[in-house]
Amino acid sequence: MRIVFKTDYMQDLRPWKDGYQLSLYLILLGFAVAAPFLVDAFFLGELTNVLIWALAGLGLMVLTGHTGQASLGHAAFLAMGCYANIILMDAGVPFMLSFPLAGIITGFVGMIVAIPALRLHGIYLAIATLAMSILVDDIIVLTEPWTGGVGGKFAPPVNVFGVMIDRWGTPGGFYYLTLGVTVLVTLGYINLLRAPLGRSFIAVRDSEVSAQAMGIDIARTKAISFGVSCAITGLAGALMGLFSGAFNNETFSVVISIQLLMMIVIGGLGSIHGAFFGAIVIGFLPQFLSISKEWVGALFGGGNVAIPGLEFGIFGMILILFILFEPMGIYGRWLKIRTWFELFPFYRKDMFKRQKSYLKTERLR
Amino acid sequence: MDILQLLISGLANGCVYGLIALGFVLIYKATESVNFAQGDFMMLGAFVTIGLTNADYMALPFWIAVPISIGIMAVLGYLLDRIVIRRMFGESQTAVVILTIALGFVIRFVAGVIWGHEPQSLENPLAGKEVSFGGLVLGMEDVAVIIVTILLTWFLYEFFNRTKLGLAMQGASQNQLAAYYMGVPVKRVQGFIWALAGGVACIAGILFAAKGAVDPNTGLMGIKAFAAAVIGGFGSLPGALAGGLIVGVIEPFASRYIAAGYSQIAPYALLLAVLIFRPHGLFSQVRVKKV
Repeated sequence: MRIVFKTDYMQDLRPWKDGYQLSLYLILLGFAVAAPFLVDAFFLGELTNVLIWALAGLGLMVLTGHTGQASLGHAAFLAMGCYANIILMDAGVPFMLSFPLAGIITGFVGMIVAIPALRLHGIYLAIATLAMSILVDDIIVLTEPWTGGVGGKFAPPVNVFGVMIDRWGTPGGFYYLTLGVTVLVTLGYINLLRAPLGRSFIAVRDSEVSAQAMGIDIARTKAISFGVSCAITGLAGALMGLFSGAFNNETFSVVISIQLLMMIVIGGLGSIHGAFFGAIVIGFLPQFLSISKEWVGALFGGGNVAIPGLEFGIFGMILILFILFEPMGIYGRWLKIRTWFELFPFYRKDMFKRQKSYLKTERLR
Repeated sequence: MDILQLLISGLANGCVYGLIALGFVLIYKATESVNFAQGDFMMLGAFVTIGLTNADYMALPFWIAVPISIGIMAVLGYLLDRIVIRRMFGESQTAVVILTIALGFVIRFVAGVIWGHEPQSLENPLAGKEVSFGGLVLGMEDVAVIIVTILLTWFLYEFFNRTKLGLAMQGASQNQLAAYYMGVPVKRVQGFIWALAGGVACIAGILFAAKGAVDPNTGLMGIKAFAAAVIGGFGSLPGALAGGLIVGVIEPFASRYIAAGYSQIAPYALLLAVLIFRPHGLFSQVRVKKV
């Protein structure tokens, strides 16, 4: 049993609870930095992929997890970030400038999109963003002179602080680039959550009416949330484009949007950890499936049959089970297990039980 | 004459969209949650009917297979509510949306495993027949689709507004707790509406498979039907049909008169425009939200 004993106001303000927690995260960071020396190039690529998905997940988490606005169209912003970065680089802007600019442009566009979307609630917002995600596919084809249309574009090697980084040539360098961006964004996110802006995001999520009564400008808060979310997603999109090397209008399809939303639900809505847990599930599920398929094939002698759509089927099943039995996702389960150990003999089953709520309509007729 | 021909084929397509949209609206009206798997329900209903009546499978007579498959889909809808959706009672809308998207993935996967990924079409007595109508040549399927849709929409509309059960459903959607106090068996009503939505999806699937071919990814057409439901205003049955017809009619006209590349975005552009200028659809039912 471990009790955090507070002796100082700073303990409530700083991002970590106590030295123990801080040291755990530093050890994790140490492992992350040492990863290129510990694993082979293939696994390092997978790890980079997971980090990029986690970054995209962080972007959506700002909007869905912390502001409570479901978006089914974040692949559109991934695409925007990716194309903005590459188009700027083609125009001769160095990567160190084009990369943050891609984030800023995407964030700005996200804010503009948010203005009409602000009038929409819950399900309507999800539909509007879904429609946008479908439209972006066609818009990329229509704006072929800039985007390359169906033929797509290729990502050149990038120059970071004088080091040329290429996904295939220097997987370690690309991994460090991704890791650096992810760590910086995560730190910024943690800081955002303890700042007034982050608190107002959460207030809007929990009850718009109460938030308004507390003096929060709902429209402004939602627009900023959209902007921040899209900016982070744009950065992830830029990295995703560099990572995949080549991309076209179909790379960022609606399926990616849905996958992204499902990922943060599996990971745990409303927590930074959730984005990372979800990304790990998304990133390693295909490998896990192919390994287990071989295993099952060897066990029953059925050979290695390919079942199309298996990945999505399994993914859907996992998601259904999570929503039914652990709505707080992997992070919620982890929180329960940790609490059980921390309070060892005193853990009660109802500690995380949520209040029952009943549905009331927004329709009046 | 050309325009009229386009209009009729658009209307027939629109009716299928409208029927799927009806399924969305039914569930939304009664439980205020949205079933994103409705398109996949339709696909499954089509495949169940194909499995019962096509010569390659069980080869039952068409008119026996149709009621059986509608029954099967209704039971499936009920079981789905009983086993999965009912546990979500009182959860947020978004959670149900994500759940049904996941259900759609699973249904698509199961259908692919059972019936394969090749497009198949339904063998039906109306196939290939045509009626000419003052110089206009119409496929019998198109005519059947339009008639069935109008009848079904009328039936459901009357059902919601006139019968005790229909009113109970509306009550249950507006305030679950209050409806429960008034003696409405909220959970049973919810199970019934899912069964009804399953049946409607099956009819839509049969009509769709009779007109064209289905494969497991046909369910993604649900997104277009969804646009139709939103354009019509969620929560209004005639609105859903009207939305479906609008989307259905716009498509052939857009592909005929607008440059290629721009035409397929027409339904979604319309959807966005409707959402921006009339956020709750053309046949809006929302006034002001009160605390």
